[in-house]
Amino acid sequence: MKPKKSPVIRVIGFLALIFIGATLVLGLKITPPDAIQGQMVRIIYIHPPLAWVAFLAYGTTAIASGLYLWKRTRARIWDQLSGASAEVGVVFTGLTLVTGSIWGRPTWGVWWTWDPLLTATALLFVLYLGYLALRKLPGDINQRSKRSAIAALIAFIDVPIVQMSVLWWHSLHQKPTVFNPGQPAQIHGIMADTLLIGFIAFTLVWLWLLFTRLGVIKLEEKIELYGLEVALRERRGEVNKDLVETSQDSHSKTSLSTSSKQGPDSQVLVQK
Amino acid sequence: MLHDALLIIRKDLKIEFRSKVTTNQVAPMAIVILILFAFALDTHQHKLILAAPGLFWVAVLFSMSLAIHRSFSIETSSSTRDGLRLLGLDPGGIFLGKVIVLTIEMFVLEIILGFGIVVLYSATLHNYFLLISITILSTLGLAAAGTIFGSLASSFKTKDTLLPLLFLPISAPVLLSATKAFQTELGTVIGSSHPWIRILGVFAVVYLTVGVLAFGPLLEEQ
Amino acid sequence: MENVITLQSVVALSGSYPILSGVDLEVARGEIIFLQGSNGTGKTSLLRAIGGLVSISSGTIYILGQDLLKNKRVLRQKMGFLSHSDFLYEDLTIEENMRFYLKASGAGLDHIDQALDHMGLSGRLSKVLTSRLSVGQRRRAAIATLIARQCEIWLLDEPHAGLDADARDLLDSLITQASSQGVTIILSSHEANRAVELSTRVITMAGGHIVASHLSTSDEILIPKSTKSDSTNVA
Repeated sequence: MKPKKSPVIRVIGFLALIFIGATLVLGLKITPPDAIQGQMVRIIYIHPPLAWVAFLAYGTTAIASGLYLWKRTRARIWDQLSGASAEVGVVFTGLTLVTGSIWGRPTWGVWWTWDPLLTATALLFVLYLGYLALRKLPGDINQRSKRSAIAALIAFIDVPIVQMSVLWWHSLHQKPTVFNPGQPAQIHGIMADTLLIGFIAFTLVWLWLLFTRLGVIKLEEKIELYGLEVALRERRGEVNKDLVETSQDSHSKTSLSTSSKQGPDSQVLVQK
Repeated sequence: MLHDALLIIRKDLKIEFRSKVTTNQVAPMAIVILILFAFALDTHQHKLILAAPGLFWVAVLFSMSLAIHRSFSIETSSSTRDGLRLLGLDPGGIFLGKVIVLTIEMFVLEIILGFGIVVLYSATLHNYFLLISITILSTLGLAAAGTIFGSLASSFKTKDTLLPLLFLPISAPVLLSATKAFQTELGTVIGSSHPWIRILGVFAVVYLTVGVLAFGPLLEEQ
Repeated sequence: MENVITLQSVVALSGSYPILSGVDLEVARGEIIFLQGSNGTGKTSLLRAIGGLVSISSGTIYILGQDLLKNKRVLRQKMGFLSHSDFLYEDLTIEENMRFYLKASGAGLDHIDQALDHMGLSGRLSKVLTSRLSVGQRRRAAIATLIARQCEIWLLDEPHAGLDADARDLLDSLITQASSQGVTIILSSHEANRAVELSTRVITMAGGHIVASHLSTSDEILIPKSTKSDSTNVA
């Protein structure tokens, strides 16, 4: 069976390719190097978009999990969506950390600094790795979904608490924020356009990955369901084999049981 | 719910009182952690005083994951988890009961650890009331999050490795805030401990609420 | 008479393996059902499903006229379950264990002494830590808890296992007595003779579902027929 691929996904994929291409050309060739940061500035065209997609993905996971847990909207699709989105989210968080680190090495001279955003992102990465590990564990499909949804919501609730504590931690430390991807304030003109195109490009990539992964999950569940039907048939089919065994040793039981048929009644009498 | 919580508290405390696992096994291990930290920091008196609040809470966190384990191994030793489910107890009550027992056990352990950092790291304690409040608040939040994940993990064969993976990252804000609050109270850092106490409060309230709501479905897991 | 237990096409899965593959069952008040079948045919799973310990992936279970899935807490308090493991806390004494279970299930404490006495556990034994007891004594303690709880439904998974002959006789008399008082009982056992003698109906399981059901008074007993049978006869 060949999986059908919806034309929408194809279009998204095609657009994603075009925008990624545009980001590459603009980011690497057309935009000028920064006055202070030089060539290093180019990573800004991909690093913030990656982080943005990661948060988008986790948000989707949280909303989908909530919709799954709420009885009125409970449907398989929400569980599948939260799983698919979290997987993509973890990949993008990983990429965010890696690109941040690559940028940090020449800029700060170290691979890692305890910048609040960086710290929070790292925690998020580990948190959702745990979530994915939990999803992989065996069990009844509905229970698996329910427990995953609870864990996803717990992880999501933790995000603002982590942010809050890390930000305060940082502010009390009085460390300067060297790199703040939330505020590409000094960027304008062609650079701003490139950044915008980068955001669109990675959002499209996310959508494409999400829907493709969703399709795979659906197929996986279909196979599981098919396997279940086969297993159920086989299980019911065990009857004949079992029956032969039972009837063989049941003959002896039959004679015994009929001979002492009065048993229970007499016991009741004794009791009374 | 409170009635069921009380039943669980009485039962678990009685079991703990008899078996003394927390005081005889977890507490000594926590002290060992403090000693090992001292080795790692080259037993440098000045560094130790500065690091004492953080090391205290890291030791608490590790001991906590053992205590959570213990809390749920009571229920799995002879399938008493099934027994509990069969009783039709209020899941929220079971959750609260477990959280409170864990908090009590950990508080005893934290007192021991407190002596540990005073003796081993020469930390000076004052403002006991605030220190104790911070400790109880943090422990309550940790116990709530830990009990949720403990029950989530306890139904799997890989629970030993799964629990720390889930529990430790979630508790990072507590570690951070409690350490900060302790630093200001122990005088190693100047500032106010109030914002940190607020975070600890939010954490505790959030996870207690989530636990009461989510424990039903979690307990039904096989 | 209303059915105490009604199962309709119940399927339960362990991972992707169907431990129950479509069980239909109706049990009337006061029946003593003996579940028989070789190992792995789904006897324990069926008992656990009725007790609400196994979540079912399709089908319905009604207990005392209520949907088990929707009223788990209330219904569980009316069911007693005796399983391979005895649900006892090792670091509590028998009496403490019983007190905990009785209080937790909302039953009164009035019957503790009587039940302990009945199972030969009164006096010094009731004050001994459970971890110091023998397997048989622990089984007795579990049975004592079951009696003291005064449940309406008893689910007994291999209740004869680990008991000596005296205790088995004692258990059987308890079961018949309870049944005469309106308790509904489902049990599995490898002591086929004993169990058939005890039961009012014998149900044969194979491949995760019920393949035969006969009254214990029937001569055909234990000779399985092809499919579902006259399970409503008794009712």
